[in-house]
Amino acid sequence: MQIKVIINNRPVTLDVKPDDFLVDTLRKQGLYSVRRGCDTACCGLCTVWLDGRPTLSCSTLSFRAHGKTVTTIEGVRTEAEEFARFMAAEGADQCGYCSPGFIMTVLAMKNELSNPTDADINHYLTGNLCRCTGYQGQLRAVKKYLGVGS
Amino acid sequence: MKYIGKAIAKTDAIAISTGQPVYTEDLAAPNALVVKILHSPHAFARIKSIDTAKARALQGVACILTHKDVPQVRFTLAGQSYPEPSPYDRLILDPVVRYVGDEVAIIAAADERTANAAMKLIKVEYEVFEPVLDFEQAIGHSSVIHAEADLHCNFDIGMDASRNICTSHKIEVGDVEQELKNCDIVLEETYYTQAQAHAMMETYRAFSYLDHTGRLVVMSSTQIPFHVRRQLARALGLPASKIRVIKPRIGGGFGGKQTGAVEVFAALVTLRTGQPARIIYDRTETFSATTSRHAMRIKVRLGADKDGFIRALDIEGLADTGAYGEHAPTVFAVCGDKTLPLYNKTRAVRYHGHAVYTNKMPAGALRGYGATQGTFALESTVNKLAEKLSMDPAELRLKNLIKEGETCLVYNGKILGSSALDRCIEQGKKLIGWNEKYPRRELANGKVRAVGMAVTMQGSGIAGIDTASAEIRLNDDGNYTLLIGSTDMGTGSDTVLAQVAAEVLETSLDHIIVHAADTDISPYDPGSYASSTAYVTGMAVAQACEDLRRQIISHAAKFLQAAPEQVEFNGEIISAVDSGKSISLAKLAELMVLGAGNRQLVGTATYGSPVSPPPFIAGFAEVEADPETGKIDLINYVAVVDCGTVLNANLARIQVEGGIAQGIGMAMFEDVRYDERGRMQTNNFMQYKIPCRQDVGNITVAFEASYEPTGPFGAKSIGEVVINTPPPAIAHAVYNAVGVSITSLPITPEKVFMAKQSLKKTQ
Repeated sequence: MQIKVIINNRPVTLDVKPDDFLVDTLRKQGLYSVRRGCDTACCGLCTVWLDGRPTLSCSTLSFRAHGKTVTTIEGVRTEAEEFARFMAAEGADQCGYCSPGFIMTVLAMKNELSNPTDADINHYLTGNLCRCTGYQGQLRAVKKYLGVGS
Repeated sequence: MKYIGKAIAKTDAIAISTGQPVYTEDLAAPNALVVKILHSPHAFARIKSIDTAKARALQGVACILTHKDVPQVRFTLAGQSYPEPSPYDRLILDPVVRYVGDEVAIIAAADERTANAAMKLIKVEYEVFEPVLDFEQAIGHSSVIHAEADLHCNFDIGMDASRNICTSHKIEVGDVEQELKNCDIVLEETYYTQAQAHAMMETYRAFSYLDHTGRLVVMSSTQIPFHVRRQLARALGLPASKIRVIKPRIGGGFGGKQTGAVEVFAALVTLRTGQPARIIYDRTETFSATTSRHAMRIKVRLGADKDGFIRALDIEGLADTGAYGEHAPTVFAVCGDKTLPLYNKTRAVRYHGHAVYTNKMPAGALRGYGATQGTFALESTVNKLAEKLSMDPAELRLKNLIKEGETCLVYNGKILGSSALDRCIEQGKKLIGWNEKYPRRELANGKVRAVGMAVTMQGSGIAGIDTASAEIRLNDDGNYTLLIGSTDMGTGSDTVLAQVAAEVLETSLDHIIVHAADTDISPYDPGSYASSTAYVTGMAVAQACEDLRRQIISHAAKFLQAAPEQVEFNGEIISAVDSGKSISLAKLAELMVLGAGNRQLVGTATYGSPVSPPPFIAGFAEVEADPETGKIDLINYVAVVDCGTVLNANLARIQVEGGIAQGIGMAMFEDVRYDERGRMQTNNFMQYKIPCRQDVGNITVAFEASYEPTGPFGAKSIGEVVINTPPPAIAHAVYNAVGVSITSLPITPEKVFMAKQSLKKTQ
């Protein structure tokens, strides 16, 4: 089937099969930041924005993106790099494999929450797993980026 | 020092964080064949027949390979220096399948849909055997898991395959039985540690192709490029010179990628078809058809005198290596190697036992590598001793610990070169508020807060075996290229090694290009495991840079017409002390590659350490327990670390925080479980619970530096030791909170609740 989607501000028409998942469709478009880390919507690696909201692309059928806007980290390069520098300053990037999905969730959180507490931040980001950092460095980076807490 | 110890950001940080295509899957050719594996549904069976005709006939299928189509050479997937201690007990595909998930057929097709469709068309008839699923019943079981005649061991590892014993090991100094008799207090307890999954975020994957000269190129997310090359050479019957292994950025490893899980399948498809091929294990396959931590039963007998000096220690282990023996002998040995030296007032010590084959997924290397299991058992027993003596467990440890400059029974007279563990304990007590909080406080809401502790040690590299090489080139423009064969799994080791180079050469990091790793180009390195990269490869880098520095000075001296000892190099300018003449490094670099009679300057070094100096940690847990339900929340965790000199403040801290979180997972949540037919029940993140950011509480990390004389700038390792303390420290805190001693991991609310119930009955 054909779907019309705006991917990173670029309108495209894509041929997709009814059971294609968005993560695979986006990777086929060369958007390699979008990664599959599990098959059960648990890890958050595949997070992209669908109409501005963080969405798990591994469990979103591609046709559901029809008529919507999809944003990957490639589409918010400047903001992503700005936050990535905070991550790097904490050494919290580590293997980096979960970072694009994590950063997309952090940037969405910035739009959604004002002056969040540690608990608010951890709650919002719970669905983004990381096996390297133990989460503490990510939390420090997020807080410095948002300018909240000590 | 300008670079050592500084919190320098990783050189690849922005690229990997912002999703640049730098990992194996991103770099695989889009036209590569998709390789899929048909896995065994049975825990133990012989393949009677496989009919692949229908699958082969499917349009788009490139090849289907079964046990009849593969070389018949047994090998090991363990990533260890040759000759590997792990037994050669595998075939690429074997007519006998030994666990649910064992490989039955390799399918290669033009795309994933076709490969999956072809898989469904393969008909396999099995003769099903009774599996061995309980590792305590494995020895002497009527089912023999490895009955084949061509099993091979490079060393005598105490294998008795007819009794399902993969390896046996014993180390004993003094007369343990006699010393135990002399002791005032003898404690005896049996502990169980579970299989744990690595759960790195990037699953296993490889991509292979033939280059323009017909050589096999394998790109893999691996910690061990050179060992993968050797495994492939043996398994595929190819000369190693015909194989090139490239490691791009890798998305986590934790020891999992020290075992060659998937490379051989893609490589075989490429050899048979001539086409590029890629294999990606999904999360289910990663959980169920690779490796996990060795589950262990550990019996500890500990004898002490009434003053609290530990005099005798007897540890008996039984490890479950699953269907194959990857890392079985070494993990089993490390469990003793990293526990027996910790307390050195002992008069007799012993560690002994077996690793046994079962019909479960193989065990392999995982951060901590046996020390984690041993630490849980030993430290839990030491905490029990403190209770028995009514002594503060911190005091008890300070009394017994091995100290800098001392030796111990199993060290054969070797001296411990560095330790700040005593200061780590003191500092940790302060940071957790031990004196105010130990052992417990009841809260107004009926819950209880309590603290517990443990200490641990690991090693740095494998003494006398693993040897790393490094090369550093002065480029024509005055910059450097550092060539190493180690793997940065996200730890930041490429950056840390560049810091070492920058320090020696007095240059800045942006003048150093780090290249790792490609077996055609990189100097030999055993790979990143056994806590060796900063320590072993780090020393090789430091020495290679010193070698280059000497060459720079001596060649510049010729241009300056001075004696080399009269020449100084400040990183940018080389100047003669007497004449005041000078030449810039950039100019020298240019002159060295121009014209006749010159040569590009290259510093090289190879380093292997005769010792494996231990890093130490004192870990402190504070939990909040609900005595009614057994629910446990971890509130605070404090880890104070002695890793010698800290090479990079931020990267070291993150290593500790990450390892502690992984240890918390092992202590409280993670458990690889099987059903009664040997099928893994925990093969996805729904069932297998790694900690999320709400589970880990506050982790506080501090360092107490020591100076390790054999390490680069005084450094020891840090990667593995960090996972060891949470299980015993949390078990101790739980005991202090609710009075039940949990001896099998993970410490779940159910276990705490049930233990409280049986405690009530006995009271």
